[in-house]
Amino acid sequence: MAALAFQDLTLGYDRHPAVHHLQTEIADGSLTAVVGPNGAGKSTLLKGVTGALSPLEGRVAFGGITRDDIAYLPQQSDIDRAFPMSVVDLVAMGLWKEIGAFGWLGRARRDRVEGAIAAVGLTGFETRPIGALSGGQMQRVLFARLLLQDARLVLLDEPFTAIDARTMADLIGVVRGWHGEGRTVIAVLHDHETVRAHFPRTLMLAREMVAHGPTRQVLTSENHARALQMCEACASTPHVCGKTAA
Amino acid sequence: MIWDILFAPFADFGFMRRALLGCFAIAVGATPVGVFLMLRRMSLTGDAMAHAILPGAAIGYLVSGLSLGAMTIGGLIAGMVVALGSGVVSRMTALREDASLAAFYLISLALGVLIVSTRGSNVDLMHVLFGTVLALDDAALILLCSIASLSVVIVAVLFRPLVLECADPQFLRSVSNLSAVTHFVFLGLVVMNLVAGFHALGTLMAVGIMILPAAAARFWTATIGGLILAAAMIAALSSVAGLLLSFHLSLPSGPAIILVAGIVYGLSVIIGPVGGLLVQALPRRHFET
Repeated sequence: MAALAFQDLTLGYDRHPAVHHLQTEIADGSLTAVVGPNGAGKSTLLKGVTGALSPLEGRVAFGGITRDDIAYLPQQSDIDRAFPMSVVDLVAMGLWKEIGAFGWLGRARRDRVEGAIAAVGLTGFETRPIGALSGGQMQRVLFARLLLQDARLVLLDEPFTAIDARTMADLIGVVRGWHGEGRTVIAVLHDHETVRAHFPRTLMLAREMVAHGPTRQVLTSENHARALQMCEACASTPHVCGKTAA
Repeated sequence: MIWDILFAPFADFGFMRRALLGCFAIAVGATPVGVFLMLRRMSLTGDAMAHAILPGAAIGYLVSGLSLGAMTIGGLIAGMVVALGSGVVSRMTALREDASLAAFYLISLALGVLIVSTRGSNVDLMHVLFGTVLALDDAALILLCSIASLSVVIVAVLFRPLVLECADPQFLRSVSNLSAVTHFVFLGLVVMNLVAGFHALGTLMAVGIMILPAAAARFWTATIGGLILAAAMIAALSSVAGLLLSFHLSLPSGPAIILVAGIVYGLSVIIGPVGGLLVQALPRRHFET
């Protein structure tokens, strides 16, 4: 069954399309990497799924889940690092769906918060203010929060950019854990080595879909060249849709 | 001697006790709002909103003279219109929040000055701008205490969304639809507390008791609860000291209170243990001995 179906999905900003007539499905429980050149519409696609961006045309259909079952890690979170808040506070926000604005945290949930912090290897950092964390540690904290969100569909936008190898290995372990639990994971990634090693399926975008399927069949040099060519064509003739009216 | 300086003014004069109670109410109500304004980097928004209140208070004055109710309602309406108007413009158009707020409050301020100067006398203008903390009557005190209580309750109820809206607005929007509600209720709190403040301290000085204690508290503690507590204590302390100064030296009380808060702020910048100048200058061991 498909967790997500993109049906002739066109997304864009100020009526300038960034994703064109995307037509494909993401299987329930699949672990999919989204790759493509800069400006290929990868982040835009994730925003379309979260609902932050409304489609210009077509739609995103959910199979068996709703928008409430999504956890989303943006590329650049607008977290105010100067805010007086500890690691525990930030991670505990992941429980929002359970406790909302007014619910009590309680002992059992506190234990789960500590469990999530331990799962990303940050035990001992619980009371550390978020302003004192390194980039890699901050990313671990955000993954701990994602863990608590307990979402059926996890969207990650370049989760491993600018972090050290050790952190990346740990966080990929978390992602594989989600996959093992049957959650659907979609991650925008740049590093093809990572994709080949850990992501069974790949969706290659260049505003339009280049290829979607098993990673080995998608990550070919022909597809890569085609994607680059398509993006360059987009850049030189910006806002013209290639599809002819039926 | 100490009794004469510190306690006699409050023991002997009813108007001093009333002034103190009014200031305490403002300290309790306005400082949590000031802390959140500071944390959201909206400290200057308080100032803009204070100016925005002016035409409402002026129209209230035109309709029924120096009436507490009319000026309060007028101020609330003017503040809410500016808050909502600028919020709607910034959320629905390309204009940023700061620019749209500036546009709205400048229009509002010009309107207020126009109304006051065509119809009121200078004395009335001074009342609106600088307040009358030494002439608070029962109705004004009840109003100040009610607004402070309501404000504290709203902050307590909305505490978690308020913190999230400051720290990680994107996340709040992704898990709940409280983001816009929280933002506008928060602006409502700012307006409400400024309107309460302007009866005692005037529209211009009311912002001072909101922002200065919060800014000073930042140098003493690094937790949100601590900030609110420290800010309220600094505001209360400044109120007592400011009122005493104004009593003994015949100074206008509103500015005296705010200046004391300013002195506390200045000292905090220098000796505050959390990022103060002195702490930064001292050599620190990077390990425990």
